[in-house]
Amino acid sequence: MIVMISFLALCAFLCFYRILLGPTISDRMVAVDIMGIIFVGITALMAVLFKLPYLLDLAIALTILSFIGVLALAKYLGKRRLDD
Amino acid sequence: MIETIGWIIIWIGIAFDILGCLGLIRFPDVYNRLQASTKCVTLGTFGIMIGIFLIHGFTPMGIKALICGLFILLTSPVGAHALMRGSIIFGIKLWKGSVLDRYGKEKLGGERIEDR
Repeated sequence: MIVMISFLALCAFLCFYRILLGPTISDRMVAVDIMGIIFVGITALMAVLFKLPYLLDLAIALTILSFIGVLALAKYLGKRRLDD
Repeated sequence: MIETIGWIIIWIGIAFDILGCLGLIRFPDVYNRLQASTKCVTLGTFGIMIGIFLIHGFTPMGIKALICGLFILLTSPVGAHALMRGSIIFGIKLWKGSVLDRYGKEKLGGERIEDR
């Protein structure tokens, strides 16, 4: 179990590399989206490890937050207003 | 037996996660990176959730994992599509080795692939 969480943390570090060195804003936002989904996976595995079911509620909230963030940045990049 | 299948599916999901992040590092431009990483990471995290559901069955933990996995499976392609459309309208160029840019040619006017 610890090994699985370590592999996912390695994935998060790879995404952090892309966030630091991404040439454009879209690269950074793709990396932030993927890192959010990987944190959802880490949270789910920690819920199994510590036997705490309410950590999965946190995972669902993180998923919704990542989705809303990506949609807001896509609206901004498409040169449209938020109430369009 | 079914717990063993669940652990195997979780390992497959972690392998997909690692491959997706490797694609995020190695591919040349934002569209290739989005293609590789979104597909692999969606399947990877969905695999982790399905594995937890198979291990725990119809307990609160299993049902929450199933709901979270289905939500990821529905929302991640929608977000990726919106981000790709926004960035191509914003004017981020394709990689110079690309061979076809039908969206930029028809909707935005003119060739938008960078000069070789």
